[in-house]
Amino acid sequence: MLFAIKNKVIPVLAVVSAIGFIWYGFTIFLNSPWQIQNYEKSSVEWSFVDLAKDTMAHERPILPAPHQILSEIWQTTVKKKVTSKRSLIYHSWVTLSSTLMGFFMGTLMGITLAIFIVENKAMDKSLMPWIITSQTIPILAIAPMIIVVLNAVGLSGLLPKAMISAYLSFFPITVGMVKGLRSPDPILIDLMKTYSSSRTKLFFSLRLPSSVSFLFTSMKIAIAISLVGAIVGELPTGAVAGLGARLLTGSYYGQTIQIWSALISAATLAALLVISVNIISQLTFKIMGMQR
Amino acid sequence: MKQAVSSKSVISAKKLNLIFKTNDGAVHALKDIDLEVEEGDFVSFIGPSGCGKTTFLRVVAELEKPSDGEITVNGKTPKIARKDRDYGYVFQAPALLQWRSISQNISLPLEIMGYSKNEQKERVEKNIDLVGLSGFEKKFPWQLSGGMQQRASIARALAFDADLLLMDEPFGALDEIVRDHLNEQLLELWKKTKKTICFVTHSIPEAVYLSTKIVVMSPRPGRITDIIHSDLPLKRPLNIRESQKFLEIAQRVRRGLRESHLEN
Ligand SMILES: Nc1ncnc2c1ncn2[C@@H]1O[C@H](COP(=O)(O)OP(=O)(O)O)[C@@H](O)[C@H]1O
Ligand SMILES: [Mg+2]
Repeated sequence: MLFAIKNKVIPVLAVVSAIGFIWYGFTIFLNSPWQIQNYEKSSVEWSFVDLAKDTMAHERPILPAPHQILSEIWQTTVKKKVTSKRSLIYHSWVTLSSTLMGFFMGTLMGITLAIFIVENKAMDKSLMPWIITSQTIPILAIAPMIIVVLNAVGLSGLLPKAMISAYLSFFPITVGMVKGLRSPDPILIDLMKTYSSSRTKLFFSLRLPSSVSFLFTSMKIAIAISLVGAIVGELPTGAVAGLGARLLTGSYYGQTIQIWSALISAATLAALLVISVNIISQLTFKIMGMQR
Repeated sequence: MKQAVSSKSVISAKKLNLIFKTNDGAVHALKDIDLEVEEGDFVSFIGPSGCGKTTFLRVVAELEKPSDGEITVNGKTPKIARKDRDYGYVFQAPALLQWRSISQNISLPLEIMGYSKNEQKERVEKNIDLVGLSGFEKKFPWQLSGGMQQRASIARALAFDADLLLMDEPFGALDEIVRDHLNEQLLELWKKTKKTICFVTHSIPEAVYLSTKIVVMSPRPGRITDIIHSDLPLKRPLNIRESQKFLEIAQRVRRGLRESHLEN
């Protein structure tokens, strides 16, 4: 156990400190032209230490230093009430709720489509091209249309954003699930035939359980892109809440620190979501007796 | 000799042919197969790989359709025999479902065939006992050795009490010691249950040790070259394999295999 932790922690720490080191380097490098200009304007003497210190203290830096972002995140999470419009937790929750809703819709839709495709030859031929085409259209192009159309029929708020997440996330689920439902060894299908098994029993006893590991792999991808979908869905609406909205207002006013802290929050959220799916999948495998 | 009197046909094949159409031409997997398997027979199919042993069992189980000729199983077409669940099939690999425990695997056919929960439990217990896997009910397939997995798959084929067992090289992947042991157990089981067994093998001693009838086959095209009725006594300790009679039968099988080899 201790060995395992040591084996994991050290490489992670090494990577994190390397990224931090490079990041600080770029912070100084990218923010220095403006800072130097400033020094020259007010004709002050400056050393490299001054430059390093000052480039990390800009209010709207080109690239904020990691500690600036962390302090902004601290200020807008721990130091703010979660109901406040300036709380990152509030905004994360707004995005998270539509992510989860979209993810569940997409998963349900993906599984349903996969079942149709596997169980019906005609569906296999007719559905798959449409499903693939649906993913070749850039989401940025259809997101505003989905929002506008749904708004016109009186749907606004959570559902339109969730629809965009669902639109993105059903695809990996369908593809993975089709593969999973078709994954049983031919010998097992033959075995079921010798029992003269019905199609339904074949499905529930063999195809469905065989697809579980494929489903979870797809769900890990689907939940991450559901989050992307939810954020993209917040951009064209001029939404006032959500991580997407934070990104948008941040870029209106050149609040780079705010943008970066929203980005970091989104990344953290994505990691947490994928980890949650992973934990659920491990538990499922344990219950199914498939862990080794 | 008693069997010959009260013989009832279990499998009857007449001029059976099966040709696989593949991209690089036709494969004549079974050519003019004439074979009678009677109730209580233990029939071994032996021959080099590609001679159609598996294909023949698959035709019996209606997993393949013959191109020509006739075949009946318990006097019925293979399709009806399958509907009636007339046989248990043991594949070359254990073919256990990884997410089911051993007892859940054995109850799979019972669930599908709609046996009551009580009956399922009873039959699973009985057959786990029969193949000597008591105590491993709750284990999952990956926790068992290859030999134990194969025994579980035999228990599964026995669970619904079909009178005919089709076994395709069930012990092919096992080492010789485990194999000897399972051969003894299978023979015991056959005597106890009076089932009819069709058994595919690569091994001459295995075929001679187990069978009342040995079908020697030859490839390209797959056909029967010899059918040997064994008159070894039904009581067969493992050391019967050193007896004169045993060696004579083994000799004849070997000759059959060699001749078919020379023809090619
Ligand atoms: N599904 C199939 N399609 C085409 N050829 C096949 C198929 N199944 C078996 N064969 C061919 O039929 C012949 C007999 O195969 P098989 O019955 O598996 O032999 P055995 O079990 O005696 O080794 C082989 O030449 C094999 O390649
Ligand atoms: Mg074979």
